[in-house]
Amino acid sequence: MDVLKEVGMESRRQDLPEIRYGDTVRVFVKIVEEAISKKDKPRVRPQMFEGTVIRRKNAGAASTFTVRKVSYGVGVERVFPLFSPRIEKIEIVKHNKVRRARLYYLRTLRGKAARLREVRIDSEQAE
Amino acid sequence: MKVRALLGRKIGMSQVFDAKGEVVPVSVVQAGPCVVLEKKSAKGKDGYSAVKIGFEKAREKSVNKPDGGFYKKLDIAPLKHVREIRVPEEQLAEFEVGAELNATLFEVGDVVNVVGNSRGRGFAGVIKRWGFAGKRMSHGTHQYTRHPGSVSAHSWPARIFKGKKMPGQFGNVRKTQESLTVIQVIPEKNLLLLKGPVPGGRNSVVLVKTSPKKWKRG
Repeated sequence: MDVLKEVGMESRRQDLPEIRYGDTVRVFVKIVEEAISKKDKPRVRPQMFEGTVIRRKNAGAASTFTVRKVSYGVGVERVFPLFSPRIEKIEIVKHNKVRRARLYYLRTLRGKAARLREVRIDSEQAE
Repeated sequence: MKVRALLGRKIGMSQVFDAKGEVVPVSVVQAGPCVVLEKKSAKGKDGYSAVKIGFEKAREKSVNKPDGGFYKKLDIAPLKHVREIRVPEEQLAEFEVGAELNATLFEVGDVVNVVGNSRGRGFAGVIKRWGFAGKRMSHGTHQYTRHPGSVSAHSWPARIFKGKKMPGQFGNVRKTQESLTVIQVIPEKNLLLLKGPVPGGRNSVVLVKTSPKKWKRG
């Protein structure tokens, strides 16, 4: 079992900030645009996805987190593998006060009701 | 094609990322170290060519007298799991009795078959064993929700066809999972990462073998 925990962990990302449920984050995903003609090289560009972390699954190399945002009135959720090499960077916009680890209740809420209150984490206040 | 085979233990499943950044589900198999115990030649008294390999040291007291004598003659510590692998006659020279085989036998990109005993589910009904849909839970159904229903017709054929899917022992049979690609080899720990599932539960013994259909390397 211990051996299993180590497999795939070499691809673990140390460069990304620690994500907590309830955080508002910006995830920059590398999008590969395939070359149209053979002369072109595939172009890699970042695409941003900003929203609330409603779930974080801790499962070793298979860990994921889910970001929810409302886009043109439609709720969109994206599940990212935590150690995915396709994530260029993650910016934490703010930490929010939440009272549970799985924020599925946000799915039923719209507009003002779906807001979360920001909290400052101690280490940041000291800065 | 050269035959390569190792005995190992299934550690479990995990996942890794490929060069494109996509997730690849992998089975982690601790393959080897195995010891070559015997070579059989078509020219000798055996009449066919094969190599016998063993895996994992056995406790002294669990080895019976005839086996103990076999290992004593070879001057090798007794091993728990022994399998015979059919190997073409011309390849026999590659093996040496007493030599150790480990996971480096395989390379990334190789395609292998994995043989093992599937997980035993005991005497299982048709829903678990064959994926039958079952009956509705309400609207007058009475104690018949997981039954198989009719198994045949009356006056013709007046019998049940052979192979009819029925309840019975499910799992704990020898299964071969074919054409698994080697994703990664970790020589320090003798680990092979194979794309996809392999038969058996965690810590079950499996045989990793070159796939005769898909093997590309010599």
